[in-house]
Amino acid sequence: MTENTTDRPQITKKFKCPTCGNIATYAGAPGERIIVTCTSCGSKGRATLSGTTTPTIGFSTNGNAIEVSHLKKMFGDFAAVDDISFSVKKGEIFGLLGPNGAGKSTIIRALCTLSRPSAGSATIAGFDIVKEDSKVREHIGLVSEKMIMYEQLTARENLKLFGKLYNLPNAALNKRIDDLLGFVRMEKWADHKISTFSTGMKQRINVIRALVNEPEILFLDEPTLGLDPQSTAEIRELTRRINVENGTTIILTTHIMVEADILCKKIGIIDHGKIVALDTPANLKKLVSGTDSTAFEIEISNLEPHMMSSLQSLTAVKSLHQEDPTHIIVRANGNDSFDVIVDTLRKDGAKILMVKNLEPSLEDVFLHLTGREAREKVTENAPSQMGGHGPHGRRKAKRIR
Amino acid sequence: MSAKNIARHSFWICWKDLLEFSRSKLRLVMLIAMPLFMMLMVGFIFPSGSSISDTPIALANQDTGSQGNTFVMVLNTINNNTGMMDLHTATDFDDIKNMLQNAEVNGGIIIPENFTSDILSGKQGTIIIVIDQSNPQMSATIQAVLSKTIEAMGQQMAVQKLNITYQLSETQATSMVTPYKVQSKGIIPGDSTNYFQFVAPGIVAMIVMMALMTGLPHAISYEKDMGTLDGMLAAPINRLSIILGKVMAQTIRGMIQGFLILILAVLLFGVVIEGSILLVIFLILLSVFSFVGLGILITSFTENEETATMVMMTLMFPMMFLSGVFFPLQQMPWYMQGIAKFLPLTYATTALRKVMVLGADASAVGTEIVILVAFGIILLLIAVPMFKRAMSK
Repeated sequence: MTENTTDRPQITKKFKCPTCGNIATYAGAPGERIIVTCTSCGSKGRATLSGTTTPTIGFSTNGNAIEVSHLKKMFGDFAAVDDISFSVKKGEIFGLLGPNGAGKSTIIRALCTLSRPSAGSATIAGFDIVKEDSKVREHIGLVSEKMIMYEQLTARENLKLFGKLYNLPNAALNKRIDDLLGFVRMEKWADHKISTFSTGMKQRINVIRALVNEPEILFLDEPTLGLDPQSTAEIRELTRRINVENGTTIILTTHIMVEADILCKKIGIIDHGKIVALDTPANLKKLVSGTDSTAFEIEISNLEPHMMSSLQSLTAVKSLHQEDPTHIIVRANGNDSFDVIVDTLRKDGAKILMVKNLEPSLEDVFLHLTGREAREKVTENAPSQMGGHGPHGRRKAKRIR
Repeated sequence: MSAKNIARHSFWICWKDLLEFSRSKLRLVMLIAMPLFMMLMVGFIFPSGSSISDTPIALANQDTGSQGNTFVMVLNTINNNTGMMDLHTATDFDDIKNMLQNAEVNGGIIIPENFTSDILSGKQGTIIIVIDQSNPQMSATIQAVLSKTIEAMGQQMAVQKLNITYQLSETQATSMVTPYKVQSKGIIPGDSTNYFQFVAPGIVAMIVMMALMTGLPHAISYEKDMGTLDGMLAAPINRLSIILGKVMAQTIRGMIQGFLILILAVLLFGVVIEGSILLVIFLILLSVFSFVGLGILITSFTENEETATMVMMTLMFPMMFLSGVFFPLQQMPWYMQGIAKFLPLTYATTALRKVMVLGADASAVGTEIVILVAFGIILLLIAVPMFKRAMSK
């Protein structure tokens, strides 16, 4: 990749590969940004040959699989994605959460090099999505909202086609296909046409299809849309296994809060093409309650006034009130507050029937941030090329209203 | 390396397309049925020559003399031999008019009252042919056939008269009545012109064109609608591989159909391929090359399947009829001939016809080859960048 010109001084530098930890020496002109390929595991990254002598640890991706900076996508004069910046760490499951038409799929399409951003830039595995789009494509897998499969072809034939598009030689490809089919326990169905499969089976094949090239980064665009509860659970489990067993970085878009909550390490909430919040699920929930306190609803069959006063005297307890003869709601601070409250009540002889954590759900966060209003306005402005929103998209919503 | 990869990827996309195609029984049936229907249709619908058979014709003999009866007798004898007409008796013009209006007959013959007296007094005897103006093609044929028949009857009568009056031999008499004899001779063996012979090369070219013009935009826009195109676009392959793979698959499909037509034409319709079959294959492939750009161009412009189909149909029909596939170009007015000059199918048809029917060699179709190559290059130069741009919006 580097042009070694004789008239410029050459320096060598050691870099540590963020994937396997192997340290190797790379050469180039001082200050030059080079693309380095790890000599041991083959993963690629960018590095700057700075003038200092201390070895730079890691590629310039800083362990980030994805870096998005001021990304913008216009459809006419409508900004589907409006100046978005975020980064995703290697090996993380990152959730993009937002209502229909918020711009989730548009972001995914831009990051997968399927559409060019109107402004801004992004790097995937250290490669620029516009200038090095074919490099990006080598490192990603895409599970789009619409299944990328040919119904008349068998599962194996579908996987073979895509394997061939990634230049996998026959032997390696056949092994890979068997491994993938085994991974989702579909070996038996390898030579059956996709058209004979149930939606859940189709989606399993659809997901492993995106894994033929062993991508470093997997994009899952609404992977559980339209699936029954069993298949939904299966796909979520599959997502987690891909992340844990292969160390694949995963970008997941969804509008299902539970899904984002249980799968994602970090969540970006998107509305009107902008990121309105970006944090861990736990921190996002604090946005609603505003504090570190947690609320519990406790049901006590023999509730008596002295139990109330004992609780009141606890330092952890911030507020307390009685709902009805057997129910109280306690708001307390600190991680051990739950234990302290239960211990105190038991000491007073209380018979606890039920304790419910009233912690805000991600759903509360979502509604708190995106609001319930102004959906209609968005609908009116939505252009027809919102990208792949099928019957669930805003086009249908517009017709209904 | 890159070219090798494009070739490899396009091969696999072509493999996928053909596999999909072969899995659909209906599509396979249509693959064979379409050329067969096409051949039968053009072979039997379009008038081949100027003959009629069992055509209902009204005959009104208003003449009371001997000449009228003789005419009817001779006409009946001829008709019995040829089976051209199904003669119905009528009384007069109004009667025939009624019969025509009721669609009982397609035309009429009137022998006027003074037919015998005219002939006996040394004048020409008039025969009136009644035609149906609502059906110009049929009328023209009937008019031509009847005129020719009646003329021949007249000549026969003249020969007989000369023979009787001046004791001239039949040959002498004939040479006096019709001193000129026309004889047609083709440049290839066999003396009859066969409409199938004329139309088969054009249909082959047309089928291949249709496969590309309809198949290509359909195949791409269908995958776009289904979302499967994204899978290919997200793979590290050159966008050209996608279109090239599709072109290969559609070309193979078109070639199979084209060859089925050739085989049907030879086996069922007596078409003889005079020229080299290799040259025919080369010309078909060249036609593909000349159309392909147009197919890609339509693909780039249309964003969904429905639009693609509409655009294709709009373009295809004028191309089919203006390229001299079914009718000779010379039959068309000058401005239509002008348009035909801008259609690659015109040159493909002409070249194939020259080689298949006239047995011409490559040098005789040199001009067409150059023009087809030029069409191909120019269209591709426009289409490929358009396609690449359309694929990365």
